[in-house]
Amino acid sequence: MLAIDVKDLRKSFNVQKSRGGLKGAFQDLFKRQYQEVLAVNDISFQIPQGEICGYIGENGAGKSTTIKMLTGILVPTSGHLSVGGYVPYQEREKFVKNIGVVFGQRSQLWWDIGVIESFHLLRKVYRVGEQDFRKRLDELVERLQLQELLSRPVRKLSLGQRMRCELVAALLHNPGIVFLDEPTIGLDIVVKSEIREFLKDMNEQHGTTILLTTHDLQDIEALCSRVIMLDAGSIIYDGGLDHLKSQWGTEREVRFKFGTGHTMTQMQEWTAAMPVRWTVENELSASVWIPLELNVSDVLARVVGQADITDIQIIETNTDEIVRSIYQSGSAERPEIVSADKEAVGAT
Amino acid sequence: MNSAFIDFMRIRFLTMLAYRVNYYSGILIYTLNIGVYYFTWQAIYGSSGEIGGFTAAQMTTYVAVSWMARAFYFNNLDREIAADIRDGSIAIQFIRPINYVMVKMMQGLGEGIFRFLLLMIPGMIIAILLFPVELPTAPSAWIGFLVMLFFSFIINSQINVITGLAAFFVENNEGMMRMKRVVVDLFSGLIIPISLYPDWLSTIMKVLPFQAITYLPGSVFTGRVEGTGIWNVLGIQVLWFVLLLIPMVLIWRQARKRLFVQGG
Repeated sequence: MLAIDVKDLRKSFNVQKSRGGLKGAFQDLFKRQYQEVLAVNDISFQIPQGEICGYIGENGAGKSTTIKMLTGILVPTSGHLSVGGYVPYQEREKFVKNIGVVFGQRSQLWWDIGVIESFHLLRKVYRVGEQDFRKRLDELVERLQLQELLSRPVRKLSLGQRMRCELVAALLHNPGIVFLDEPTIGLDIVVKSEIREFLKDMNEQHGTTILLTTHDLQDIEALCSRVIMLDAGSIIYDGGLDHLKSQWGTEREVRFKFGTGHTMTQMQEWTAAMPVRWTVENELSASVWIPLELNVSDVLARVVGQADITDIQIIETNTDEIVRSIYQSGSAERPEIVSADKEAVGAT
Repeated sequence: MNSAFIDFMRIRFLTMLAYRVNYYSGILIYTLNIGVYYFTWQAIYGSSGEIGGFTAAQMTTYVAVSWMARAFYFNNLDREIAADIRDGSIAIQFIRPINYVMVKMMQGLGEGIFRFLLLMIPGMIIAILLFPVELPTAPSAWIGFLVMLFFSFIINSQINVITGLAAFFVENNEGMMRMKRVVVDLFSGLIIPISLYPDWLSTIMKVLPFQAITYLPGSVFTGRVEGTGIWNVLGIQVLWFVLLLIPMVLIWRQARKRLFVQGG
């Protein structure tokens, strides 16, 4: 069954245009000009139940706007939308009982009261039975180690503590679909990995569907089997993370440190007839770029026999770099592979 | 009704109680206001017996009870709602299966109960000790006044909610909120009783909701409206309560479509 079904979803805002100067300010006073800004441009995707899907894109790409439409906060301009069997903005009160939302940048706990009081209040807001609530709360508190925090007022919590409490607040009513809008923003590495572990467990145990937006690609790598990438309101990639990596990470880098100096020509001779390219940092260190279809060990075998090597390092292209280059090119289509020879010549 | 509503009321009450020292100065300010208006009216009355249907003694009582009623019904729901809309935290309210406006009303009521017990009653006792306030003797005046005071609170809060929700439609409703505050204080009869305005103006004010906030309950307390008259003025309050529900619901519905969450 589909947890989220989105078809040709669009949201545009009318933003007031201010004219410059004193004359412009006067004109604005009497007749305002509006500009239509397209935040989300006819996107379509489907997320089956139990999937963890990453939703990424640059600032202003339309991620938050999409999340706000999916959670019923914003009414779409056009398009079809179904989340957990409901149209979010239509039957709002029934719909929100089955979803949990965490906005990393906003708190949904009440600032002045104790954490546990906030939870009790949410129990009543969501009309969760006393017994279910107890069981669920104990489970979450133990899993996220919140025992000591429960009696503290929310305003006295650190960001990491608060974010763990926010997660509990969003999950107390045991929602089937969870939306996380930058849940790890501003957190330290320990808390980040705790939260990731927790989300993963929850997905495995309860089959919770999770849609996650983030700027931290490690979140995506740790959690998501699938990513949707957004740019300027349109989806530019939708698929597995592995696929993205293999499509964009076209070559691996092997970095050598030499005991004695070697020249570029020597290096090219070692790997003659192999479609690899060399880049030289200085006499004592150089890198060889090996296409995916070639075995790293084959190249190494050739080099190791002939060079005086003190250190070898194999570097996989990381997701950060892939995503950066996609953002820059504005498309997830595989770029043309630059011929190895040309590059090598240019580097000398 | 969702049992969380009672909790929203209780929590607001307890929060106010925790900061109660902030409100002690409120008693002083309200007493000071009563004093200023008391002496002003004393000077205006001089030797004349009656102005606009008020005797000097009735005016003193009216001033005292009106300001103390304000100590109870006053709240900042308009500012709270406008702030929620401006900083975008209204988004959080939309993901909960509970009506935001009702939550705000219940929070206002929690604040009202605090203000009634810790501001209005002590303030009233001080005012009675300092100024020649005549308390009503008829039980009907007391009961009528207390019931009407509750409706004062509701009508004032409804006007506040409507003003606050206006932040959905204009970028900055600060001016509107300030104007509302002045209009409520002036047109409700807090500063000058409605019957003292020129005929044409008091006719206009009688078809506006504001007089239901201060002037009508004040008239009952001072004994200017008695017996079955109390039912009539209470009827006017109930009518305004129902009428004001209409714009509240309409604006709220419209706001759902207009929602533009600021700050991304």
